[in-house]
Amino acid sequence: MAATPKEPVQFRGAGPLNAPISGVLTWVDQRFPLMSLWRDHLSQYYAPKNFNFWYFFGSLAMLVLVIQIVTGIFLVMHYKPSAAEAFASVEYIMRDVPGGWFIRYMHSTGASAFFVVIYLHMFRGLMYGSYRQPRELIWIFGMLIYLCLMAEAFFGYLLPWGQMSFWGAQVIVNLFDALPVIGPDLSTWIRGDFVVSDATLNRFFAFHVIALPLVLLGLVAAHIMALHEVGSNNPDGIEIKKHKDEQGRPLDGIPFHPYYTVKDIVGVVVFLFLFFTVVFFMPEMGGYFLEYNNFIPADPLKTPPHIAPVWYFTPYYSILRAITEEFMLVLAIGVAAYVVLIWLTARDSRVKLAAAAIGLVLVVLMKGGPLALDAKVWGVVMMGVSTLIFFVLPWLDRSPVKSIRYKGTLFRAALTIFVINFIVLGYYGVQTVTPVGTVISQIGTLLYFAFFLLMPWYSVMDKTKPEPDRVTM
Amino acid sequence: MSEKDTDQGKRQFLVAATTVAGGVAAGAAAVPFVASMMPSERAKAAGAPVEVDVGALAPGERITVEWRGKPVWVVRRTKEMLDTIRSNDVNVADPESKKPMQPPYAANATRAIKDEFLVVVGICTHLGCSPVDKFAKQAEAFDPNWQGGFYCPCHGSLFDLAGRVYKNRPAPDNLVVPPHTYLSDTRILIGEDSKGA
Repeated sequence: MAATPKEPVQFRGAGPLNAPISGVLTWVDQRFPLMSLWRDHLSQYYAPKNFNFWYFFGSLAMLVLVIQIVTGIFLVMHYKPSAAEAFASVEYIMRDVPGGWFIRYMHSTGASAFFVVIYLHMFRGLMYGSYRQPRELIWIFGMLIYLCLMAEAFFGYLLPWGQMSFWGAQVIVNLFDALPVIGPDLSTWIRGDFVVSDATLNRFFAFHVIALPLVLLGLVAAHIMALHEVGSNNPDGIEIKKHKDEQGRPLDGIPFHPYYTVKDIVGVVVFLFLFFTVVFFMPEMGGYFLEYNNFIPADPLKTPPHIAPVWYFTPYYSILRAITEEFMLVLAIGVAAYVVLIWLTARDSRVKLAAAAIGLVLVVLMKGGPLALDAKVWGVVMMGVSTLIFFVLPWLDRSPVKSIRYKGTLFRAALTIFVINFIVLGYYGVQTVTPVGTVISQIGTLLYFAFFLLMPWYSVMDKTKPEPDRVTM
Repeated sequence: MSEKDTDQGKRQFLVAATTVAGGVAAGAAAVPFVASMMPSERAKAAGAPVEVDVGALAPGERITVEWRGKPVWVVRRTKEMLDTIRSNDVNVADPESKKPMQPPYAANATRAIKDEFLVVVGICTHLGCSPVDKFAKQAEAFDPNWQGGFYCPCHGSLFDLAGRVYKNRPAPDNLVVPPHTYLSDTRILIGEDSKGA
């Protein structure tokens, strides 16, 4: 791409040849759509001119993905995916492989950095309504990337074969055990053994280094293709395609290259400063990026006195732990109240009946005596739903405006509470179980779901401000 | 051949038949891959019974033996420990061991063949952590009125000295009593059912 001329606007594909194009490029272009790819995705992809700080994180996520893939390839050259050798091979990388510690710390810090960047990227989407029509599929692809990333992180965490690796995998695989009927066979199938063992480590290695990275790359491609099809949202949440010049270019758009490539380089430099500060000076990050118990080899006969997942999973882990037998009554009441709310406000009688029927089934499964499922099952279900509920966000938000700049107090308050609550849940997810912590997690669980489930109401009640016609800087 | 000569019905049938046949073939091809992830013959064979001699085990002490990769605890319960079990029925979720978490010969008040020896799989029935001993009868952070038993550090489940789970804890069931049998007064074979008892 280095030899590309600055403004090859006048050409299309392998069209008539003009002077500035070099022979090689023409030769390639007649056989592969190189220049049209370059134009469609970079030099003539018009992005809104008012991108701010929050728009760094998409490209940073791509950077971290590259860091993870490159460091991962080099780690695999020395790592041994067997229960007998895994722990020692990681220590070998840390002590004996030249620069091995550096590559490994980049990879372990990269895992946490990935989630930092992705959470900020998702928060940007929540703030500016980037999930709204016509960008639902971008959001859905993004959420699939997020789920894939969580699986990738989980599988990768078993590989060092330390105590936290082992017991973390034990707990998470046992989540499937809770499912009625198929649960025990399913968890045995996932492990490939009756306990987490060599077979489990081997297959998790396969998932971590080949299966999920392939899926991840495919999803990233789909995410960007969908984005470039409809065009980027912006902090004002308005469509720049409404106002175009005589050549059909959005008046408020600027070519991604060179404007945003240059802007993103600034973000990359700042990010790398922070990233390598962690890699060099605090790779364990006080036990949050690399947990201390993971420096002890896996021992299937002894659980560490306190186990907690890595920080990026802890909000969901709190939700899992919050669902106790006593809390089921609260949940059942919550479901009943929600059905009443739908019944009172829905216009379509079919919606009312469907809500009532689904609500009844849920309440019976929660508190229906002999028909009720264990709180353990519900904990797993609620944890699963708490990650999946993001998918329906585009259809929950009914505000007439997209961006938080023009939304009213209600939405702003809801989003603020959601973010604080997410952090509080995350905090209690790393703590040992205490009665106070459990109650706070239970309140947090209710708030978490209220943010999503009540959105169709509060986003309509909200007093919004009029959107501007053109973007503001 | 022009468009009007095309037999649309035949074309639709052929497309549908090809799709179905291809789908069945793809589904069938998935079977060996899915099956390959089940426990191997070697993993299944590793579940042989384990013999343990409890003659040297002091009262109030616990030993752990590995059976099928899981920790199995043998606790030699003292007289006082056994007494707390009897008075602890009100605190536990399934005091009479009605759920099938033990072989029939251990479905009794102490969940054991011999009252003195508790044999349980040391894996929490919640999410598979291994609980820790809290045998002393004293106030604990998780229960000011603690009677002695096991505490799971992962999610705070409690079990008494018969491996019975406390009410309102994440774990739904009592600790599993594995099949076991006495070869002599002090030798237990874990992994094989008791015949006579």
